[in-house]
Amino acid sequence: MTAAAPVLPAVARRPSTWTVYLWELRKLRAQKRTYLGLGAAVVVPCLFIVALMVETGGPERVPFGRYVRETGLAIPLVLLLFGSIWLFPLIVSLVAGDIVAAEDRNGTLKTIFTRSVERQQLFIAKVAASFTYAVTALLLFALVAAVFGGLRFGFHPLTTLSGNTVGVGRGLVLTGGALLAYLMPVLSVACIALLLSTVTRNSAAAIVGALMISLVMQLLGIISGLEFLRPYLLSTQFDAWQGLLRDPIDWAPIGRAAWVCAAYAVPSLFAALVVFLRRDVTGG
Amino acid sequence: MQSTDPPAASLSADPSRALAGTPPIEARGLINRYGHVTAVDNVDLTVQRGDVYGFLGPNGAGKTTTLRMLLGLIRPDAGVAGFVEAPRFYPYMSGRRNLELVAALDGGGARDRIDGALDTVELADRQGDKVGGYSHGMRQRLGIAGALIRDPALLILDEPTTGLDPAGMRDMRVLVRRLADQGITVLLSSHIMDEVEELCDRLAIVRSGSVIYEGRLDELLHSTGQRYRLRTTDDERALEVAAHQPGVGDVRRDGDGLSVAADEDAAAGLSIALVDAGLGIRALVPAAASLEELFFRLTEGDANGAAPSQERVPA
Repeated sequence: MTAAAPVLPAVARRPSTWTVYLWELRKLRAQKRTYLGLGAAVVVPCLFIVALMVETGGPERVPFGRYVRETGLAIPLVLLLFGSIWLFPLIVSLVAGDIVAAEDRNGTLKTIFTRSVERQQLFIAKVAASFTYAVTALLLFALVAAVFGGLRFGFHPLTTLSGNTVGVGRGLVLTGGALLAYLMPVLSVACIALLLSTVTRNSAAAIVGALMISLVMQLLGIISGLEFLRPYLLSTQFDAWQGLLRDPIDWAPIGRAAWVCAAYAVPSLFAALVVFLRRDVTGG
Repeated sequence: MQSTDPPAASLSADPSRALAGTPPIEARGLINRYGHVTAVDNVDLTVQRGDVYGFLGPNGAGKTTTLRMLLGLIRPDAGVAGFVEAPRFYPYMSGRRNLELVAALDGGGARDRIDGALDTVELADRQGDKVGGYSHGMRQRLGIAGALIRDPALLILDEPTTGLDPAGMRDMRVLVRRLADQGITVLLSSHIMDEVEELCDRLAIVRSGSVIYEGRLDELLHSTGQRYRLRTTDDERALEVAAHQPGVGDVRRDGDGLSVAADEDAAAGLSIALVDAGLGIRALVPAAASLEELFFRLTEGDANGAAPSQERVPA
């Protein structure tokens, strides 16, 4: 062994997790699939409004379906309902299911772990970037629906599910609250997709897997005889926001959605983190 | 199961340029076992400052395992950068963006060195193109640029020319030379002898996890017995003269002349003896042993027992 403690050039130091997060966002910005998901979030509301303009009928049988031609404020709410079946699970898992597996596909985990970043930092950054993307997609979706809906059908007072009418301002606040409530199951799907992405190391498997899980839960929800399961299914939580649009506000479904979604999301994230921290990246 | 034996291994990696005379790498007794297989068996390495140090061995000799051990033992803040086999980048981002990313993951201090690194590896004019469109050679060079932005005093390159076309190999060799000229110590593993002979000052030759030669390349080339090629006006008689000349041995016909084993003094004596015998000397030139020849002699073990040829006994 050589003696002396040399003064070494401190060229490398640990980056902040914020920096790692910003780079995860830049990676997303450089990938086509990000725009595919965000594009779907923009195109679907536009198509819906065009269909309303061309057709005479409307989605009478869903909540707010009767009011789509009365006020633009009803459009995002009706679309939230349609979006929960497959659109949002798909949009979200498109990115969350790929964000870890893409590193495997490109063999880049080794490249970045030979730098000074810690694994848990990268994982946190990936979760945060997936969530950021999900929030962006949902906001775009609602914004496009409300703006184009309002331009076409006007910004008029909204009739709630209890039958009373609320003004435009209150209606927008309630819609914002509905989006927040809707975000809970959306982020839970993201967490499941992240887990599958980490475990399978394969984008397609993770995306299809997360989508299948969402669809299977919806199927379980409509099978008679399994009604006792319904309150605990992720798919049911996509409707929790409707409690906000009652008078008085029914907080029960929202409170339940909070803990049911956490019960899906937290174990998924924890399992994904454990797998991510323990995996061997030297081979690829 | 992989086990390293810390008590048997000691290593100092101190690439700080401030400390002249201290080898950047001094490894003693590196051992690595996978179950009953000993992949690296008691390897000693000494890399001097400013060396281009060759780490030569056939595939599967334990080169990469040894380099990984070195990389694992070296403190990451010690000014060392290396890449092991093919470096991978994000294909959907530009070469420059990829370097910015790895610089950011090192704390951002390396950002200012990106331009210089891109110039050194001659990718400055392609820095804006996506890595997905890069050739294999360009990706390898980008990998070196990624290592350079750490401002290393020591660079460890594992088979950087593997899989490259002849032009890519030439570029890579020019680059390694340029790095050495910039004062960077380079540890270069390779199974290509030309490359090591062309680039390296010192080398270690490994076989089956053991170092069978370590030292200066020119000393190795000299140490193994010098030969001379001889052409005269009458090779038949020259053969007789040479066979009886003291200090000259192993006289053979070789192409259109003769080949003899002799040192410088014996060769001088031989020339006098030939002239005394009435022969005209057309040529008497030293035939340098090529590294390739030596390598096969050392790694396969020849009749002279120049190389240790024992099989390793599993632990």
